[in-house]
Amino acid sequence: MSGELKVSGTAEAPSAVGKASQTEATGRATAHGIGASVRRREDPRLLRGEGFYVDDLRRPDLLHGAVVRSPYAHARILSIDTSRARALPGVELVLTAPDLGKLNGPLPILIPHEDLQYPRTQSALVLETVRHIGEAVAFVVARDRYVAEDAAELVEVEYEPLDVAADLEAAAQPGAPLVHDDLESNIGGHYVREVGDWAAAKAQADFVLTERFRLDRGTASPMETRGIVAIPEANALTIYVSTQAPVALRGGLANWFGIPEMQLRLIAPDVGGGFGPKVMMFYPEEVLVPFAALELKRPVKWIEDRREHFVATTQEREQIHDVEVAATKDGRLLGLKTTMLHDSGAFTPYGIQTPIISITTLPGPYQLRNYSVEFKAVYTNKPIVTPYRGAGRPHGVFVMERMMDRIAEATGLDRWEVRRRNFIQPEQFPWSTGLIYQDWAPCTYDSGNYPELASRLEALLDRERTERELAEARAAGKYVGLGIGFYVEGAGPGPYEGVRVRVEPSGKVEVATGVGTQGQGHQTTFAQVVAAQLGVDLEAIHVVTGDTAAMGWGIGTFASRAAVVVGNAAHMAAGAVAEKAKQVAAQLLECRPDEIELADGMAWVRSERERVRASAGVDGEGAPRGIPLGELARRANPLRGTLAFPEPGLEATKFFSPQQSTFPSGCHAAIVEVDPATAMIEIKRYLVVHDCGTMINPLIVEGQVHGGVAQGIGSCFYEKLVYDEWGQLLNASFVDYLLPTALEVPRIETDHIETPSPLNPLGLKGAGEAGVIPCAAVIAAAIEDALRPFGIRISEMPLSPTKLWSLIQNSSGR
Amino acid sequence: MSMRPISLTVNGTTFTRTVEPRLLLSDFLRHELGLTGTHVGCEHGVCGACTVLLDGAPVRSCLAFAIQMDGATITTVEGLASDGELHPLQEAFQEKHGLQCGFCTPGILMTMLPWIAEHPNPTEAEIREALSGNLCRCTGYQKIVEAVQLAAGGGRGEG
Repeated sequence: MSGELKVSGTAEAPSAVGKASQTEATGRATAHGIGASVRRREDPRLLRGEGFYVDDLRRPDLLHGAVVRSPYAHARILSIDTSRARALPGVELVLTAPDLGKLNGPLPILIPHEDLQYPRTQSALVLETVRHIGEAVAFVVARDRYVAEDAAELVEVEYEPLDVAADLEAAAQPGAPLVHDDLESNIGGHYVREVGDWAAAKAQADFVLTERFRLDRGTASPMETRGIVAIPEANALTIYVSTQAPVALRGGLANWFGIPEMQLRLIAPDVGGGFGPKVMMFYPEEVLVPFAALELKRPVKWIEDRREHFVATTQEREQIHDVEVAATKDGRLLGLKTTMLHDSGAFTPYGIQTPIISITTLPGPYQLRNYSVEFKAVYTNKPIVTPYRGAGRPHGVFVMERMMDRIAEATGLDRWEVRRRNFIQPEQFPWSTGLIYQDWAPCTYDSGNYPELASRLEALLDRERTERELAEARAAGKYVGLGIGFYVEGAGPGPYEGVRVRVEPSGKVEVATGVGTQGQGHQTTFAQVVAAQLGVDLEAIHVVTGDTAAMGWGIGTFASRAAVVVGNAAHMAAGAVAEKAKQVAAQLLECRPDEIELADGMAWVRSERERVRASAGVDGEGAPRGIPLGELARRANPLRGTLAFPEPGLEATKFFSPQQSTFPSGCHAAIVEVDPATAMIEIKRYLVVHDCGTMINPLIVEGQVHGGVAQGIGSCFYEKLVYDEWGQLLNASFVDYLLPTALEVPRIETDHIETPSPLNPLGLKGAGEAGVIPCAAVIAAAIEDALRPFGIRISEMPLSPTKLWSLIQNSSGR
Repeated sequence: MSMRPISLTVNGTTFTRTVEPRLLLSDFLRHELGLTGTHVGCEHGVCGACTVLLDGAPVRSCLAFAIQMDGATITTVEGLASDGELHPLQEAFQEKHGLQCGFCTPGILMTMLPWIAEHPNPTEAEIREALSGNLCRCTGYQKIVEAVQLAAGGGRGEG
């Protein structure tokens, strides 16, 4: 199939790498400054196999845990017999719910919300009623994992199966089996909002279109599953967790166990991918492992296996939207109404963040003045739903972009033109959507340039040539199509992050932040920010992430926020250290602080350095006077005498506390060929234009975009968790649940614009989730375009060859 | 369970140990020998993170038992760099940003190492085919492809 079609990418795709010129005007670009595509500093260690992930922790006294999980989605536990498990040689402990007492739960709700009227949370171990497949029923600790798993199989649990609420729509109906039988229905949350006047907009419209859209469940599947080690020593407890929120988890566990925070150190070491689910807390094992370690007074490790991950780690993306859109015959969007069902799974520890993000992302880059929303968050007997990269955003974008395509069809206008007629214009920022975002702050767009995004995408696509080639391919009998999609995403929310910067007498600079890192390159990007302020080489900087002993304040790495919130805190802290360094240097060099320049790891008198530089090569000129930064740190920390400054040394801790989110934006296009006989698709080209404000490191931004697109493509055609009517997961392995490989993910062509955010000193907006957000909308549009002769409509994702084939078979077309 | 003696060479060093017959090679390398660079992503042979070289050929160490390795020669990711210097394939991964979280990376290096030796100047399509048995969830593969192409000697352009 490939090779015959002319539709193809340019030989040399534009790349962000090497675009230092964009930042030169602002004076930011240096070899390793902000805007430079610095090679990652964490790589040599990881490439040598010297990374340190939770399961890499070895100790001779380590014990190993295994979880006994429910094979039913909904069942009452009649009895649990642990006697055979306990009798197995090598078994140290077997826990069931009563053993944990009050510590068993229900565990606390992480994010309550007024519109989640009936929150329900999981327990560490099920006491009476199992509510989803894989829920933890017992925990076994033994001398090694093999014995622990043997013992887990010897735990005998007698269940009485109950009726199951598996299907989202059925579960929302009156009379459905109740996931929580103390409630009158499965509706946990009910949210209603209106911006403007939908009824009036509908009355004025030339036409109203209605459609039902559905997105189904997938799983984030980081290559490293979850894992925990708890080490009790003296009167302290150290816990290693593969988590995205180490400081928050430390605080939560300290509170839950009644341990002073100062006696609980939590470390997120190298984390092998997160993508959202590793923010959730508490997972049952986060209680079970420390509990067992404290009981046994020995270190205990539990590592999730992949099959467990499919049922014990949170999932996302199941929503149904019934949408009405009102428009004029010249393609102007007057209003939109969506009535939505959101599958929460069995519990709501993460509140209703995901559906709130969906409905606040839906307006996108368009002037939507009349918007009516109603959603119900529905309990089902399926694993818990919490954000997975994109976190509700792909759903909102899917609805809006599909509707933009429908308006184009209805009006006969070009798809690009319909969007252009509705874009928020560059001069209209800040733009209020009239909604409150997931951070309880106004959903007000800070900056952007959506018409420019569209123009860049058309240029990258070479639209005229592409459309000509598509027409030729169609004439030659090919089923090829183009899809486009735009989005605006809220990112970088508060409440805060903090960074401590300290210059050692050795000249080394320690940069400590509470957030962890799961592959985003924080060792590099945060160092770039600090280096720009202090005038030091990256080699002098050591970034510590995810260790509560190094930084005890922090929220976590999620919502594309680490660069925005930590990056700006690092900028502020390093700026404060630079000021102090200039003050110390000014005293020693007998000048004013503003006459000092920090460069090459030294403090200089700027005028002397400039004079020498101007007369470079002339013999006899005296060298400028300079003092190494480490020497300044030493001089600012005398052993005797008096201190000339309120605080010793060169150290500062600063916090960045944004009062609202930033709003990155972007647009994607895809060219897809479909083989109607097999319903297989081939993505011939995939293009991204992206605006995350200032880029600290374009190479890393590009990597984030690529990874997001790959996950988005997975969510379109390959990855769907299939549950049967009994809530059984039918494809809980990588053999049956297909992550895209290098053959499915095409080469991704990227371009970037930078509209800096006015909301933070560095102008950052966040890049982590962008790639995934419009994929479903774009691929749906491209498939639909390719299959126009069949007249099919794509209103659900993910598709599969089987589903697409049946759509083709049932179509009215040829 | 009865223990059995095995002797094998890993990264040039000979180890003699007694193991349970059911002990996976991946667990043996990681937890008995402390070679934790070999990662375990799925334990059912799909993701490729645990790939090591057995007598020069890539195998999934989660699908092999340690006891099968008596007399074998194994290379893990820890054996790639020599005298502290990164192998050119490792260097190429840093150069091209071919890794993010780094969890799948050792398995990909050990898969591609013998492959590039047999496939000088591969096309992008050939690299993608060769990579398709390894899952990466972070990078979208493109920069891995570029890294392999760099290490394998330029490449023959599109295809």
